[in-house]
Amino acid sequence: MSRLNDYRELVPKGTIDFLNRLAEQVKGRKILHINSTKLGGGVAEMLWSDVLLLQDIGIDAEWQIISGTEEFFNVTKSFHNALQGHDQHLSQKMLEAYLEVNRENAKRLSIDAHYVVIHDPQPAALIESRPAQGKWVWRCHIDISRPQWKVWSFLKQFVVNYDAAVFSLPRFAQRLPIAQFLIYPSIDPLSDKNRDLSPQEQAQILSRLNVPTDKPMLLQVSRFDRFKDPLGVIQTYRLVKKHHDVRLVLAGGEATDDPEGKTVLSEVREAARDDPDIHILLLPPDANLEINALQRAATIVLQKSLREGFGLTVAEAMWKGKPVIGSSTGGITVQLLYGVTGFTVNSVEGAAFRIHHLLDNPEVMTKIGEDGREYVRQNFLITRNLGDWLALMSYLGRAT
Amino acid sequence: MRVKIAKYSFLFTGCWELKEMVGRSARDEQQLLEAIEEIPLDSLSYHTQSFFLRHKYIAGPYPNDFATWAAIQVRDRVLGEKLGILDPYDFENLEALRTEIVNIIDEHLSQLQIIPRVIYGEPFHFMQSRIIEVPTGLEARTLREFRKILATVDASAVYYHNFEAILRLGRRMGDFALWIDEQLDLPELAKKISSLDFYMTSLESIRQRIIKLCDEVLVKEAPE
Repeated sequence: MSRLNDYRELVPKGTIDFLNRLAEQVKGRKILHINSTKLGGGVAEMLWSDVLLLQDIGIDAEWQIISGTEEFFNVTKSFHNALQGHDQHLSQKMLEAYLEVNRENAKRLSIDAHYVVIHDPQPAALIESRPAQGKWVWRCHIDISRPQWKVWSFLKQFVVNYDAAVFSLPRFAQRLPIAQFLIYPSIDPLSDKNRDLSPQEQAQILSRLNVPTDKPMLLQVSRFDRFKDPLGVIQTYRLVKKHHDVRLVLAGGEATDDPEGKTVLSEVREAARDDPDIHILLLPPDANLEINALQRAATIVLQKSLREGFGLTVAEAMWKGKPVIGSSTGGITVQLLYGVTGFTVNSVEGAAFRIHHLLDNPEVMTKIGEDGREYVRQNFLITRNLGDWLALMSYLGRAT
Repeated sequence: MRVKIAKYSFLFTGCWELKEMVGRSARDEQQLLEAIEEIPLDSLSYHTQSFFLRHKYIAGPYPNDFATWAAIQVRDRVLGEKLGILDPYDFENLEALRTEIVNIIDEHLSQLQIIPRVIYGEPFHFMQSRIIEVPTGLEARTLREFRKILATVDASAVYYHNFEAILRLGRRMGDFALWIDEQLDLPELAKKISSLDFYMTSLESIRQRIIKLCDEVLVKEAPE
């Protein structure tokens, strides 16, 4: 029995047989994914499942990571911030360090495949070493709708040499002379982060995390990153707390490619002061079961990001039947259809108002939770992502 | 009633929609109009018809993206209503649909002093469909076989044989009705299927309605 078959009962009817048929169009081809980390963050998480499923369906799929110095990751973090619109200064020396690490990785990695998919800016310059054969795709997971132009111009000189680019939202599209496709990210319903948990399993994990379940729980799961606005979440909680006795859990992992995490975390601890109902959990990158248990225990899940690539934690919570309140930014707006599958808000006050509304109307929470789960089943499960990649490979293959 | 066996089997074909960005957007209704005049037909198709491949829920008040954008993002409910009622099945082809959309927006703008634009909302981002056909390997030679496969086949096959076939491939009756008429010699059933209102519903609902129509014929048929 293949791994893909395990999804049969979770996905819409006919999906698995259909994917097997679609895969026949590209069977025997090799696809190579390259990114900068195997742990931490949504990209790495998605790639673990993607690669296994591609292999399972008969595609020769491989995943390699680039290695880099601390200086390199500081530079790429600045890239990340600049591409999301924040002012960053990048010196010539920093850009040289970026290029040098890419050149070294090009020598070290075997980058020969029918399809090479480069994820995000870190390995983007590998395109300079592309072999004559094969289609190269740049997969950008971050919000580059308002980039700092100097940095984008630097990166763009590499992007234009790809055969296609893939973005997570239409608004991330850029003026480029290459084809640009839209692929929404997805979640794996059978991964430790999303699989069903028994009540005992859930209780044990929460007890280990020292999170009581005696009060309604507000939860935000995200890296400790300014773009996720953890301080805004604490302000929201304080507005809600005036009328409802709730707990707030801020649970965040640290990605190995994010040097800023520690600074933000200390600011959050300072803001929480000694409130016993605020729980700040710094989780290791592989704390998938812990996040799963927290999302299942939550009453309402928040994703109050100021900027967001896609915000897969929203789909994760929706899959668990939880009502989600998220900011009107990035991919959150695609997942939360206002009043149908969740609520989008634009401020601390807006988030607090919606939390009040939901806590006072449990039947609305139930309905939103059910519809949210169904919406994720149709649109944001990994089987849909698999189909998109198979279709893209088929399409690019025909264009040869 | 005798079981009719087709000379040529019905081959179920599904499809996968690859979403390509056109790289063009509109922040006001004039820009929307100008872009609609120029976009490829694959883009027009994406925003008016392949919607059904992507949404089980209607993600806005209307079943096409232009109307929803006008109503929600621009907050021009009048234009939203005028565009929302458009049914692609009323038009000979996508080019005719494009002409009608352009006429509606043009007429609407001619009555206004100020061009409505997004202030807090999102611009309209033009996309286009790249439809990848996927033969399912499933085939039927009788109505009973057809009905059985239809009940379980991926919903994209329902889309392909009814939306794609009619609106983009020019097979005006739709593949299901055409085969039932020509191969099974059941013109009444074919007519009922081709008369269904495909537009204001979902793929699952269309599937169920066609199955029901097949069942009405099958109860009169002798068992195979």
